[in-house]
Amino acid sequence: MLTEKDKKLIIEICNRITPMASFIGADALNRLFTVYPGAKTYFSHLDISPRSAHLRSHGEKIVLAIAEAAENISQLTVTLAPLQTLHAYQLRIDPGKFKLFSNCMLITLACYLQEDFTEVAHAAMDKYLSAFAAVLAEKYR
Amino acid sequence: MVVWSESERSIITSIFSSLDYDDIGPKALCRCLIVYPWTQRYFGGYGNLYNATAIKTNPLIAAHGIKVLHGLDRAVKNMDDIKATYAELSVLHSEKLHVDPDNFRLLADCLAIVIAAQMGTAFTSEIQAAFQKFVAVVVSALGRQYH
Repeated sequence: MLTEKDKKLIIEICNRITPMASFIGADALNRLFTVYPGAKTYFSHLDISPRSAHLRSHGEKIVLAIAEAAENISQLTVTLAPLQTLHAYQLRIDPGKFKLFSNCMLITLACYLQEDFTEVAHAAMDKYLSAFAAVLAEKYR
Repeated sequence: MVVWSESERSIITSIFSSLDYDDIGPKALCRCLIVYPWTQRYFGGYGNLYNATAIKTNPLIAAHGIKVLHGLDRAVKNMDDIKATYAELSVLHSEKLHVDPDNFRLLADCLAIVIAAQMGTAFTSEIQAAFQKFVAVVVSALGRQYH
């Protein structure tokens, strides 16, 4: 359950990472592919080598979607409706991968924000990313 | 049997030899108790865990965090047989402490975050992969004697 404090922390973090969206997103994706190679199978059509343009543009898309939805967390299902459809009917990424990506995203945040990634900020982001992933998978079945 | 590359071995020994246990141990345990509050169920006798500040200033928790982190030393020194190294500890956690083994993974995740925050961008994806592989083996070994 996201408290008002959580939502504030989440927006703060999203504001910090939005200017570096492609950098943060590419870093998180790169970690996903290195630590969980199975995730690479969804990207055979792109060049996902560490500093590739595809990785940066894809990473940027993901981070911006996360940041945008954070502005109105109580409306996640509405904001994410188009992405829900995309993931359920076209991309069909196994939802277990959302959890792995969230894990990598948290690590990326820890690396970049360091002491600013406090325990309460970590808890808030973990809760938010779990909620985001759950909503994203809603139309799967 | 788990196979470790030379690079993985050196990453793991290097991470642990440069860790300040007195700092990282408490940080990892506190983070676990704060981010996953249900883990506090095992710490009933540890005093005030009422909020994040209380947890972070609790000396019993800090001491326990140091102890737990040092518990990983034996795995670092015996990477080729972590399973046997932790057989007894696994029995302890199962029969005496009654800890749900899923909690080991939660603590491992928090430890990764704390180390990542400390190392910053030096915590590369390759280092993360080696570290997560190591803790996954430890977590599996600790859960092995449960029945």
